[in-house]
Amino acid sequence: MDAHIPEGPIATKWDNHKFDVKLVNPANKRRFTIIVVGSGLGGASAAASLAELGYRVELHTFHDSPRRAHSIAAQGGINAAKNYHNDGDSVYRLFYDTVKGGDYRAREANVYRLAQVSVDIIDQCVAQGVPFAREYGGLLDNRSFGGAQVSRTFYARGQTGQQLLLGAYQALANQIHLGNVELHHRSEMLDLVTKDGKAVGIVARNLMTGAVTSHSAHAVVLATGGYGNVFFLSTNAKASNVTAIWRAYKKGAYMANPCYTQIHPTCIPASDEFQSKLTLMSESLRNDGRIWVPTDAMDTRSPDQIPDEDRDYFLERRYPAFGNLVPRDVASRAAKREVDAGRGVGPLKNGVYLDFADAINRLGRHVIEERYGNLFQMYERITGEDPYVVPMRIYPAVHYTMGGLWVDYDLMSNVPGLYVLGEANFSDHGANRLGASALMQGLADGYFVLPATIGNYLAPQLGEQPVPTDDAVFIEAQQGVEAMTQQLLGVNGTRSVDYFHRELGKIMWDNCGMARSRESLEKAIGEIATLREEFWNDVRVLGEGDTFNQSLEKAGRVADFLEFGELLCRDALHREESCGGHFRVEHQTEDGEALRDDEHFAYVAAWEFTGDHANPGLHKEQLEFEYVHLAQRSYK
Amino acid sequence: MKVTLTVWRQAGPAAQGRFETYELDEVSEDMSFLELFDVLNERLIAKGEEPVAFDHDCREGICGSCSMMIDGRPHGPELGTATCQLHMRKFADGAKITVEPWRAGAFPLVRDLVVDRSAFDRIVESGGYITAPTGSAPDGNLILIPKAVADSAMDAAACIGCGACVAACPNSAANLFTAAKVMHLNLLPQGQPERWERVTNMVDTMEQFFGSCTNHGECEAACPKEISIDFIALMNRDYIKAQFKQRRLASQRG
Repeated sequence: MDAHIPEGPIATKWDNHKFDVKLVNPANKRRFTIIVVGSGLGGASAAASLAELGYRVELHTFHDSPRRAHSIAAQGGINAAKNYHNDGDSVYRLFYDTVKGGDYRAREANVYRLAQVSVDIIDQCVAQGVPFAREYGGLLDNRSFGGAQVSRTFYARGQTGQQLLLGAYQALANQIHLGNVELHHRSEMLDLVTKDGKAVGIVARNLMTGAVTSHSAHAVVLATGGYGNVFFLSTNAKASNVTAIWRAYKKGAYMANPCYTQIHPTCIPASDEFQSKLTLMSESLRNDGRIWVPTDAMDTRSPDQIPDEDRDYFLERRYPAFGNLVPRDVASRAAKREVDAGRGVGPLKNGVYLDFADAINRLGRHVIEERYGNLFQMYERITGEDPYVVPMRIYPAVHYTMGGLWVDYDLMSNVPGLYVLGEANFSDHGANRLGASALMQGLADGYFVLPATIGNYLAPQLGEQPVPTDDAVFIEAQQGVEAMTQQLLGVNGTRSVDYFHRELGKIMWDNCGMARSRESLEKAIGEIATLREEFWNDVRVLGEGDTFNQSLEKAGRVADFLEFGELLCRDALHREESCGGHFRVEHQTEDGEALRDDEHFAYVAAWEFTGDHANPGLHKEQLEFEYVHLAQRSYK
Repeated sequence: MKVTLTVWRQAGPAAQGRFETYELDEVSEDMSFLELFDVLNERLIAKGEEPVAFDHDCREGICGSCSMMIDGRPHGPELGTATCQLHMRKFADGAKITVEPWRAGAFPLVRDLVVDRSAFDRIVESGGYITAPTGSAPDGNLILIPKAVADSAMDAAACIGCGACVAACPNSAANLFTAAKVMHLNLLPQGQPERWERVTNMVDTMEQFFGSCTNHGECEAACPKEISIDFIALMNRDYIKAQFKQRRLASQRG
């Protein structure tokens, strides 16, 4: 696989490349139409920025408003190498931390560019009116985050994602008002349309009326988020799904590293069988909270009655240098180890404590309230316990997916004209994402990378009209979508869509969650195939295709998860090493840390669809590490 | 615990609506209100009845999708809480609960408990932004913003756009939503150049869709983010000032 990485030293690659790409002159930009699917940080920022440049943009979101995309739920913050704190931060250090944090499975050139544009993102967001936290003197405030030893995280209370998304949404609203962006709300992309190997449009279903329509453009941009809901229980929003990128995969786009899934250490443990999703407590809490379990598994005292000597602050003990701020994958596995050993806390013994008593004593309750007030309130609502008095109970949960469609340096997939942004692509986080880096990547891709690179593909097409929507390729794709709708409605079985989704989630979590083995993965692949068959014979989707029908929407997404889950497991099975969010029990160091195999696996695994009943084809992009030395990660 | 739900059912915008009553037992008090609906829907599907349509997504109280009128109160009895964060432990065993969609002329019904809130997007599109094309920004620290100002702007910006304020208002006014959007930007130094035009355009657009504010204050009580109606006063002040300023500008232009 050729990632088209520009020549030259890493620090100048991006600037050189921007000079080398072909440009479309301002007057000609309006002759190009670009479809953007998804209105989260990546999609909204891309749609707004492309429209500002003069391109005609058509935005599809399956939400009722672009502002509801799940980026809105990101809490903690956004990284940028501003070095406002004079603590030795730099573009190079952010680059280095991100490659290391990703366990050396990311593409160096992309990560360096990400670190470079991080500083512009903060400036852009401030100019848009994002109300970042401020010092008393009026300057921007920062906090520290897992996996870094500098304070480089900008934040807006515990609602940073919300504020950044509103910034992008407002810029988008401006462009909608000016007529440069055509908004299609409650419009779900159900197929990618290609002609002669190039992306030429999409087929979408209007969720309110059920109407299936074709949309044609010079390029298609997918910014449709991650696939964490393949585990059913995750911190993703209920509607987050793999459908857009899965259907693009079936049209020829390669799916890269699907096995890299991030399990976030600080989520509220499940309370009962009705649990519909898991709620994240921002990682920023680890700045002031201390994580512990009782040393004795049989200890039944309430946490405030357990003296310090009977507590095991296991992260501080095992990783003295980073303590409670080790990266997410390391913290998650450490918590799992305690719970598996029977030292879990809470009624189901399925959590560990995150304790703020020391911080409250040191800083006063008002400081903690100011930093985390809304998070504490949220915790109290969900659990009925007051975290100012009783330590929080937390446990890891699926949170983010580093894998996604393969893209080159320009963020274009192997299908010409198909671009993929944000969590939907695989590019910048390697095998593990650092906290406060997802927002950075979504906005980097949308505000700064895509607007600079897309001209390279469009410029040579000047004067060409988009493929008309009555072309055979559109008609065929539309018929395919309509046939699938009828097929789902026609099964008329006995079990609900949610039943199958829950069952799939159990298979995935038990066999392909925080710890994976050859045996568990092979078992999962078999069980998923059986479940998929059962789904198509026994699912019950009531109602019609030409109305607002939430069961039908879910059914299509779960049908895709049932195929995608298998590919995820196959990728995990083939990767005979442990790295970041992918932990194979066969490959670990003596003290239980992830053991990479750089000699055989320092590559991106990009999977090609070869047919419904055929094994996917594997393509490799070899990763070169010229600047960051390959080393066993140590946070001790 | 046991609850009786009376739910608004309506197959589509043009269909006749009606209340249906459902009894649910073995409800866990750790369940969220939306999980109660998940359970109800599973039961309906098992019986071959179409499930209740309702908007929801993040289930963390931030996306603003959920929109249930619970016993006549948007998002139910708990103050400062969106429906998805409301848990059954807040209800008594044996409770009889009535659930309706948001009701407002500007929010046409889509199905059951789902309404179309696009009118909010129209208000934002008319001026709820700072014109700052990508790439044109100066260094973030060049603009000093006193902490109190940033905090106050953030208080307004916390709005999740759910529409509870409109649903709670006897006039179906959207003043709290609009004020939150206007004042988030009008309080900040970056928002000053477009301040007067912004408030004029957004208020005028609001009035095309929504009723008028008569200071009932129901909106503040219903807001899951507890946004203060003080912002409405600030917006009104800006709106009035803007009318004078625009006349002055118009006269200067001759």
